[in-house]
Amino acid sequence: MSKMAPPEELMNVNYATPAEAWMDVKPEFKLGNYSYPGKPDVLKYLGLPNPREWNPTEEDWKLPPDWRDIIRDGFRELLGKYRSLKIFMDCCVRCGACADKCHFYIGSGDPKNMPVLRAELLRSIYRGEFTVAAKILGKLSGSRKLEEDVIKEWFMYFYQCTQCRRCSLYCPYGIDTAEITFLARDLMNRIGVNINWILEPAANCNRTGNHLGIQPHAFKDMMEFLVDDIETITGRRVEPSFQRKGAEILFITPSGDIFAEPGIYTFMGYLLLFDYLDLDVTWSTYASEGGNFGSFMNDKWMKKLNAKMYHEAKRLGVKYIIGGECGHMWRVLNQYMDTMNGPADFLEVPKSPITGTVFNNAKSTKMIHLVEFTADLIKNGKLNLDKSRNAGITATWHDSCNTSRGMGFFEEPRYVLENVVEKFVDMPAQTIREQTYCCGGGAGLNNGEFTEMRLRGGLPRGNALKYVQEKFGVNTMSCICAIDRATLPGLADYWAPGVTVTGLHELVGNALVFDGEEPRTMNLRQEDLPGIEGSEEEE
Amino acid sequence: MAGLMTALLAVVALAAVAALGAGAGMSEVFGIAVPYVAVAIFVAGFIKKVVGWASTPQPFSIATTGGQQYSLPWVKQAKFDNPSTPGQTFIRMALEVLCFRSLFRNTKLDNRVAEGRVAYGSDKSLWLFALMFHYCFLVVFIRHFRFFLEPVPMIITGVEFVDSILQIGVPTLYLTDVFLVVGVTFLLARRLWDPKLSYISLANDYFPLFLILAIALSGIYMRYVAKVDVIAIKQLAIGLVSFKPYIPPNIDWSFYMHFFLVCVLWAYFPFSKLMHLGGVFLSPTRNLPNNTRMERYINPWNDPSIKPHTYEEYEDDFREKMIEAGLPVDKEA
Repeated sequence: MSKMAPPEELMNVNYATPAEAWMDVKPEFKLGNYSYPGKPDVLKYLGLPNPREWNPTEEDWKLPPDWRDIIRDGFRELLGKYRSLKIFMDCCVRCGACADKCHFYIGSGDPKNMPVLRAELLRSIYRGEFTVAAKILGKLSGSRKLEEDVIKEWFMYFYQCTQCRRCSLYCPYGIDTAEITFLARDLMNRIGVNINWILEPAANCNRTGNHLGIQPHAFKDMMEFLVDDIETITGRRVEPSFQRKGAEILFITPSGDIFAEPGIYTFMGYLLLFDYLDLDVTWSTYASEGGNFGSFMNDKWMKKLNAKMYHEAKRLGVKYIIGGECGHMWRVLNQYMDTMNGPADFLEVPKSPITGTVFNNAKSTKMIHLVEFTADLIKNGKLNLDKSRNAGITATWHDSCNTSRGMGFFEEPRYVLENVVEKFVDMPAQTIREQTYCCGGGAGLNNGEFTEMRLRGGLPRGNALKYVQEKFGVNTMSCICAIDRATLPGLADYWAPGVTVTGLHELVGNALVFDGEEPRTMNLRQEDLPGIEGSEEEE
Repeated sequence: MAGLMTALLAVVALAAVAALGAGAGMSEVFGIAVPYVAVAIFVAGFIKKVVGWASTPQPFSIATTGGQQYSLPWVKQAKFDNPSTPGQTFIRMALEVLCFRSLFRNTKLDNRVAEGRVAYGSDKSLWLFALMFHYCFLVVFIRHFRFFLEPVPMIITGVEFVDSILQIGVPTLYLTDVFLVVGVTFLLARRLWDPKLSYISLANDYFPLFLILAIALSGIYMRYVAKVDVIAIKQLAIGLVSFKPYIPPNIDWSFYMHFFLVCVLWAYFPFSKLMHLGGVFLSPTRNLPNNTRMERYINPWNDPSIKPHTYEEYEDDFREKMIEAGLPVDKEA
């Protein structure tokens, strides 16, 4: 990747519109603004059409000879299957309310990142190919014919959308760009136009159970490392179980949590909490991925990958499932899972064995969010928490796009956070809760080659963070999403250096006081606790 | 700009056709044939479009949640921004349709590079003028029923009374006439002045605005300037709705122009973005409750043949490694 310009420079975005009409502006692929294409062997494994070596910067994309027919037929098929698509194609009045709501537009100034224009990329083909009235007027009415340049434009801009749905909140007709991007990606997959950072993780999820391709024995090894670390920190030996039949609860979290910082600290938080409660819970290496990379591809793969959760829950005979901290995972679990792979009639309505609370809000899917579970524990006084273990932290809360606009998960995590840290302050109102800004890495865009564009897209979030950092001394941003935990550290380093990113259960793990425990001297990162002997370099 | 000019010229041409045509003895065409055809196109086109949407399945329940979900009993739910029951969803829809809830959220980006700060100002202008425009249009529409109904129902005379409450001039000025023009002018002006908007605007965005503006202005001209023969126009209108069409003499050319432009609007409606009138009711991100963990939402084309890569296949793939690592297996090697 090319060296990034300093933040002051990147922030100086040119919002002027080009002199040419948008249909006459061709996409320009350069390192930093696109993701590498799917590798042929990955496409072959997934059974996707047109596996080949190709490069977006080259003229010839090696599309199949009948690609126009494939796209047209596919478009027609999707129009017949998705009312949402039909409505969203027909109803936009181009009022522009969405225009400046997109983080990629705010950070790049590229008008094709205005959600309205992103949708017009598809809508123009809809008009040109499927409607009579617009065909006659041609370009004037915003309609055009399918050309290779259109596909190139789709590839550029439907992979510069993180499906965060912020625009959809402001649209007077609820037009949802996430839906449009999802279906446009489905179409592109039919002619072999896709990105490797989605396909390879999806292939890994299918075979090894998690997107990193960690095989079962290695997964267990990684867990052992974390268990050892927990012992070093707390003196306790926690004993997680795998694939244990008859356990009460199956726990599934994004695999990123076991693999890399800072997710591993959150993972240790989960383990500590379960140990504290002596919870009858088991892990599965087969269903070791909460995230759903299929949801960045098409409805078929979304369903296929998600189906593992119920499949495993049924095989193990658990009563219900708890899901860990993840964003799009929870959009899929909340809005798609039961429809695709339900009914989960072999499970029971989740009931906390500690508090007796029955989670009626998940009475059909039988899958609850760990944060709901923890919030309920705290509310019922079941956790002994010592906030001073997180002393020195002034925290803010990053609402993840998917749990915000595809669920509405705001108070539960804040309640937990407020109970484990001494100081908490929210970022400005227009950048949090349902108006939250994306980290820039959602929907498969957290790959290395896309860093420049992702950091541009991170401007609104980064700037809001910098604001509370300067004004209130915020030094920690907590979140409940694995992609956030992977993306936000880089975003913070660039836009608000000095802010640490944590998962919520890392902070819970820190604060949790066990009966008769050895006094802790370190947090889960093995940093000395403030005020503890020998901690000279306290921040 | 090409879109803008095309739309403007189209509206001018349509207005001229009617004004000249009616003057040239074609009043039957513009007073009888065109309105019947236009209304038929509107009704058939509108129904076809809505049936086309309604008959297409909505596979997933994808509400865009705009507030706190239904959760634990002690967590306060934002019932109308994140509804979990049909009743709450109905209220969310009512707020959307009647009060333009989502537009009310609108903000304006303000990237203050010098201060190093990205800010978001409240921007309710679009909400305000859009609301003004739509409600004035509705009142004007309702007022026009006095031409089609005899006797005129109380409700319509009531609306007229309130609308002319300021008692300015003779005939008294309808407030909605003024605010309709103000609203539509604002919607047009922002497309011209905001570079983002003019960049995305198409002929199909300008055309309805010019058309509605022309309808409003011709109506205002008829009432306040030409002071057309209202009795004669009512005879024509009642003739149309009672299917006994009749063209009274001495109807001013301006009426035919006004009436023809209205007919164009009817006929154009089902093929245009104006169908947002119907679409807003069917938008799946707004009209579905966020209760999908509580009640199973059914997708009629859900494909049962899509199965996961099963645990058995997984174990077959990794059995030896699993056994070696001490992980439980269903079948021994």
